[in-house]
Amino acid sequence: MLSIKNLHASINGKEILKGINLEIKPGEVHAIMGPNGAGKSTLASVLAGRELFEVTEGEVVFEQKDLLDLSPEARAKEGIFLGFQYPIEIPGVSTVNFMKTAVNEHRKYKGLEPLKAADFLKLMRDKKNLVEIDSKLTNRSVNEGFSGGEKKKNEIFQMAMLEPKLAVLDETDSGLDIDALRVVANGVNKLKNAENSTVVITHYQRLLDYIVPDVVHVLFDGRIVKTAGKELALELEEKGYDWIKEELVK
Amino acid sequence: MSIDTINNDFADLFEQGKSLLEDNSSKFMNTKREEAVEYFKKLGVPTLANENYKYTNLVPAFDHPYTVDLQYRTVIGDLNELFYCDVPELDTNLVLLSNGWYYNQNRELDIPKGVIVCSLQEAAEKHSEIFEKHYGKYAKPNEEGLVALNTALAKDGVFIYVPKNIVVEKPIQVINLLRSDRDLMATQRNLVVIEENAQAKLIFCDHTLTHNKYLSNTVSEINVAKNAVFDLYTLQNQHLNATVLNSVFIRQEANSNVLTNTLSLYGGMIRNNHYTLFDGEHCENHTYGMYLMDRQQHVDNFTFADHAKPNCVSNEHFKGVMDDDATAAFTGKIHVRRDAQKTEAYQSNNNLLLSENAVINTKPQLIIDADDVKCSHGATVGQMDDDALFYLRARGIHEEEARMMLMFAFAHEIIEKIRVDALKDRIDELVEKRLRGEISKCNTCAIACNQ
Amino acid sequence: MAKEEQDKILNEVTQSDYKYGFSSDIDTDSIAKGLSEDVIRLISSKKNEPEFMLEFRLKAYRHWLTMKMPEWAHLDIPPIDYQDIIYYAAPVQKAKLESMDDVDPEIRATFDKLGIPLDEQKLLSNVAVDVVMDSSSVKTTFKEALAEKGIIFCSFSDAVQDHPDLIQEYMGTVVPYRDNFFAALNSAVFSDGSFVYIPKGVRCPMELSTYFRINAENTGQFERTLIICEDESYVSYLEGCTAPMRDENQLHAAIVEIIVKDNAEVKYSTVQNWYPGNKDGLGGIYNFVTKRGICEGVNAKLMWAQVETGSAVTWKYPSTILKGDGSSSEFYSVAVTNNHQQADTGTKMIHIGNNTKSTIISKGISAGKSNNSYRGLVKVVKNCEGARNFSQCDSLLLGDKCGAHTYPYLEVHNKSAKVEHEATTSKIGEDQIFYCNQRGISTEDAIGLIVNGYAKEVINKMPMEFAVEAQKLLAISLEGSVG
Repeated sequence: MLSIKNLHASINGKEILKGINLEIKPGEVHAIMGPNGAGKSTLASVLAGRELFEVTEGEVVFEQKDLLDLSPEARAKEGIFLGFQYPIEIPGVSTVNFMKTAVNEHRKYKGLEPLKAADFLKLMRDKKNLVEIDSKLTNRSVNEGFSGGEKKKNEIFQMAMLEPKLAVLDETDSGLDIDALRVVANGVNKLKNAENSTVVITHYQRLLDYIVPDVVHVLFDGRIVKTAGKELALELEEKGYDWIKEELVK
Repeated sequence: MSIDTINNDFADLFEQGKSLLEDNSSKFMNTKREEAVEYFKKLGVPTLANENYKYTNLVPAFDHPYTVDLQYRTVIGDLNELFYCDVPELDTNLVLLSNGWYYNQNRELDIPKGVIVCSLQEAAEKHSEIFEKHYGKYAKPNEEGLVALNTALAKDGVFIYVPKNIVVEKPIQVINLLRSDRDLMATQRNLVVIEENAQAKLIFCDHTLTHNKYLSNTVSEINVAKNAVFDLYTLQNQHLNATVLNSVFIRQEANSNVLTNTLSLYGGMIRNNHYTLFDGEHCENHTYGMYLMDRQQHVDNFTFADHAKPNCVSNEHFKGVMDDDATAAFTGKIHVRRDAQKTEAYQSNNNLLLSENAVINTKPQLIIDADDVKCSHGATVGQMDDDALFYLRARGIHEEEARMMLMFAFAHEIIEKIRVDALKDRIDELVEKRLRGEISKCNTCAIACNQ
Repeated sequence: MAKEEQDKILNEVTQSDYKYGFSSDIDTDSIAKGLSEDVIRLISSKKNEPEFMLEFRLKAYRHWLTMKMPEWAHLDIPPIDYQDIIYYAAPVQKAKLESMDDVDPEIRATFDKLGIPLDEQKLLSNVAVDVVMDSSSVKTTFKEALAEKGIIFCSFSDAVQDHPDLIQEYMGTVVPYRDNFFAALNSAVFSDGSFVYIPKGVRCPMELSTYFRINAENTGQFERTLIICEDESYVSYLEGCTAPMRDENQLHAAIVEIIVKDNAEVKYSTVQNWYPGNKDGLGGIYNFVTKRGICEGVNAKLMWAQVETGSAVTWKYPSTILKGDGSSSEFYSVAVTNNHQQADTGTKMIHIGNNTKSTIISKGISAGKSNNSYRGLVKVVKNCEGARNFSQCDSLLLGDKCGAHTYPYLEVHNKSAKVEHEATTSKIGEDQIFYCNQRGISTEDAIGLIVNGYAKEVINKMPMEFAVEAQKLLAISLEGSVG
């Protein structure tokens, strides 16, 4: 589904990603862990097409397409969803209107008719139930005045609405209390199937108790330095990241 | 007298006093003087028709037969004996001016080598290279009638030069003493040059020693070079018969940091023109002011933050409390020019009216020509927060005392920005006494002289 | 977002067309260019006016001669030659319209094209329309239905003929001819407009609407609206305007006067879409309007809602004098400027009565090379106890060649007043656009969403039909634009 080869990216001339290699197959859940400043969020932003970052080398192929050639909205419509670490507030724009526009853009891209208002509202209702999001939130402006937990739930709700092939969840667990974490994780698990894939970026192991990864990668200084099964996450939690640094030095 | 008569009288004065004005004055200053005369003939004293003076009528203040000194007048007695500043622990380099003229018997100062503090006249002659690089470069005689008038009449004032990399630890305190047996119009012209990476703190105090009617028209030009840090505290404390016209022009170069705090505690009529030009990137500026007015006093603060370069931050906050028949005006202009992207400019003006007849007119303005900016301004006029008042009373604090506490808290927000601790404590104390009505005008003076 | 793409989108915005720019071929009765006492006498006699009207006009004209055009606004206006303007132009019609069939088919076609059918059966339900073309009212619909309730809704000229007592009593009481340069000019030469009278205790059952259209060349349009709401009455009034695309600038100087008595309420909504000039700044309407209402009675209410997208130059400050105790006024405005448009607009709230309240919500959107200024005055006079005002002025910038300015004036002469003003200037955040992009929404649509969201607070205050039109106008004026 996604193949990243030797990806280098920099911001303002400073190289952050220094040769990432990653293969993701349909149905897989990958966790990317690493210390602060390792480049985890940068990787997520680069995949979504944030122009702040300049890709200097390497390639990213998504479903046989050169992802780096596409605009952010084209990538979204191809099926890449980024769960933002800090979801953006858009005052004045209601979540309903926002999602209606987004869903219909996706449909147009697939050659489908826009949804009728009633159908759209039904879809919203269903997805809201699925991810247990409070219906009050969708009546408000996008993320405006939401608590951290509400924002993250809203991200998962949007993911449910847009049904991406690849979801990249950037530190979705940061700042969440355990109940909110459970809601978010349950949402992700319910949306998972054999066709789609998930990349969970996190600093902590806790989220991985709920979203169980097939593979765990450790990102360090712009490179993936270790890849193993889910037990790696526990090991990291216990020992921290220092032992990896030491291993690298050896 | 009509405004035309007043303007014509000044024009006559320039004409008839030409030789006296040019005497003892450098050629450079005289060239600027001649230009300014022409500008003044066009602009005149600002009237209410001038949008920037909409709320301050200067005509009555000018409509008076003042004496104008065109030459240094010998001071009778020793000012150092007559007057000293005894703010506890306020250790400053004290410089005295007499009616706007640099006092010729100032004591020696405790300043680092290379730092110059002298009279403007002396600077124009002895340090002509520095002087001519800066004099008349920042003030705007072509736009502002009062600046034209000052430049046309300017003979003296203080000159301060801090060379590159020098830090002047001890604040320089410049006290202008208005002392005359005749009603007097004083013209003071100051020039302050802070070179690259240098630092200094300056305190301007005005003080009236006799009960005559005064009009002082002061212009200060200040250039703050790259990486330099500069503080300016202005304490205005005159009697009710005084008119204080004070124009300050600050130019900031890249990465410089300027803090000003204008505290208007007493005066018949006060007008402050405060211009800041951001002429380099990543400048930081804090412009603060406070005015406590009662009786028939009038204060008008006009500020203009001119963001000409990108990435600068300016933060402006003025607060005022008006009692009795006092009137106040505030105009805060922020102009973000086309190329000044990433500017952050904030401005706020808050006022408390305490009496039936007190008046406030406030005009915060944003003029934005760049798009990537964060700008906001706000203005409020109101009374004390009833909830806060109730909260204090519910804790057993007497209503009067609760009001006092809130009022003091209101003013303290500006006072706490002062970066000279002894001065801050002194002002705190003064403001509290002043708000409690415990002290007369003379005691409200920040410099606590013992006349 | 990439610079080129921004530029491209900005470019598209700058080139969006004005769709009301056609002109109609209609027989027009116009007088020669120029202004003099004779011209004023001619206008007055053409309109067969009573003597008091001519006197009013002449007094205004003589006063106007002593005045200068105001210069304080943040506007750059080339000198206007007041002798090069035709001060009276009216479509030639039969003396009195008996039925729809009497309206010139060209005129009907014009208004059909504008989406304003004059045929009552075809009209949107519940909107009565007075249509003013160039200087003269061509048709007022639903007049009879309204008359049953005692409501008078007619052209100003008809009111002068049929209700001279009301005109004489109220005209010029809210906006005296001495008020300002353009008010004086209008008072001297105005030709028509709308008149509304709502009797005591009557709630007007439908929206009243005036549609203004400038058609003829070289003419100025000077209309005058007078609305009187007696005790306990209510009316919602709408005003819309368009003009053909012409290369020369045309002058529009209108006056609106509103009198609101005890416990009465008026809502006044405007969608102003005069021709703004082409993308290089050629042509367009100079729009100098004095609108003022007085809340004369206790608890009187006046609301202004405006969407301003048109005109090359807009100079307009709908104002309220809050005289009655407990009276209140609200001002909601969205002003969009694009290309070379200039707008200096805002409001004045004069608090005189005790416990009066005002709210000001102003949203400016600037794009292209335009300049958009908010100028507002909140004044609390000395004996006014318990006044409250809240003002919020936000500016949104699209592109780096435009300007957004705010000039609030707060004049408070009473200590019991509480006056608050807030203003912010921002651009559409790059992060907001990216967030939308990531959800599959194109940059252009994202901007549309955000702009409409930004203006929503104001548009929601307008009557339904107008709100829809206003929203469309915003979209046309700013089709996808970015900062």
